Amino acid sequence: MARAALLVLADGRFPAGGHAHSGGAEAAVRAGRITGAANLEDFCRGRLHTAGLVAASIAAAAVLGLDPGELDAAADARTPSPALRGAARRLGRQLTRAARATWPSAELDALAGEFPKGAHQPVVLGLTARAAGLGADDAAYCAAYESVSGPATAAVRLLSLDPFDAAGVLARLAGEVDRVVDQAVEAGRRASVDGVDVLPAASGPVLEVSAEAHAAWAVRLFAS
Amino acid sequence: MHIDHVQHGPAVMSADARRPDGARRALRIGLGGPVGSGKTATVAALCRVLREELSLAVVTNDIYTREDAEFLLREAVLPPERIAAVETGACPHTAIRDDISANLEAVEDLEDEVGPLDLILVESGGDNLTATFSRGLVDAQIFVIDVAGGDDIPRKGGPGVTTADLLVVNKTDLAPYVGSDLARMAADAKAQRAELPVVFQSLRGGTGVADVADWVRGRLAAWTA
Repeated sequence: MARAALLVLADGRFPAGGHAHSGGAEAAVRAGRITGAANLEDFCRGRLHTAGLVAASIAAAAVLGLDPGELDAAADARTPSPALRGAARRLGRQLTRAARATWPSAELDALAGEFPKGAHQPVVLGLTARAAGLGADDAAYCAAYESVSGPATAAVRLLSLDPFDAAGVLARLAGEVDRVVDQAVEAGRRASVDGVDVLPAASGPVLEVSAEAHAAWAVRLFAS
Repeated sequence: MHIDHVQHGPAVMSADARRPDGARRALRIGLGGPVGSGKTATVAALCRVLREELSLAVVTNDIYTREDAEFLLREAVLPPERIAAVETGACPHTAIRDDISANLEAVEDLEDEVGPLDLILVESGGDNLTATFSRGLVDAQIFVIDVAGGDDIPRKGGPGVTTADLLVVNKTDLAPYVGSDLARMAADAKAQRAELPVVFQSLRGGTGVADVADWVRGRLAAWTA
């Protein structure tokens, strides 16, 4: 398979539903925690090392052939907020559809059969990477980068932030994304020997709590 | 992992005409148009006309609230389980054109939960004159504009006005009050759209909606033929 498949999968315009989600940025903007580029960077860094690391590890483990059902349960256990679990499953279902149309595979068909309402998005991402002929590091890169690019893109819309400043935030985080990917691939390898319990369980409590509040807002621009 | 891989499993991709069980899926018609032109009111009127003869459901795409879904619920045009709301993340046109996955899920869930359905109306969030639906999401689209938005809109054209399968010019009862020239709008629409149909509608006056419903019946007859 072609290396450039990674670019197709990582493209923010890949039609898998991500555009409707802010990765917690909408709640953080309302709470005054994101007001500009500097604290957007802080927010993204926090998300990268918590939700981003967990998602990247699960995605890597899925590429390495761990059981999708076990990984899905591991993702549930690492996502306390029911609203975030719901969002992760909706995004997983949307990615399943896009992936099956783009890289048809028996594994993705089986996943759709096992989880008709969607598995956690990082699990689907890993199986998508497999179907596209990509590796564990590729899937981890997609998950880790998405954990920061989602909030950064949303902040541009929510704050009318200068888009060049948002791109600068992502560029400055690139080295840390590399390191998180290394950790995630290592964690995936360990999990393929010792089971899913050894996967990282880092979490950002404020992300989880504010996601619950956000889900109850009557008026909001983003689904999560 | 090969290109002629045969699809199986539960989910229909997008435009496939058949459900996984082999049954023909519902006809899907999109309604788009600028904010305030009367898309939701047109959906409500269509539901009232067609609900006795067809099995119907509606998907709304609200930009930042559930207002449109709630309007339809309040008006009780359909039972609540036949109305689904999709959240669009500040970009209504993205959800109906560039990344249709959330809308495809909504139509699939409606068919699973309240089906079999003959017709699903997919209403876009209010957007601009360039908003059109993906052919992966809908089989035909209606673009709704109104006379109060300016009688130069048909002349200005844009993808919605020029390419929609049906153009509805709404609120014709307001034309005398806002100085809109209906004859000019009709001539401009004809120039932009050639043979594609245009309906002038006044929901308050009760005109036009029967023509829109007839057009929908025609599309449905072609779909099920």
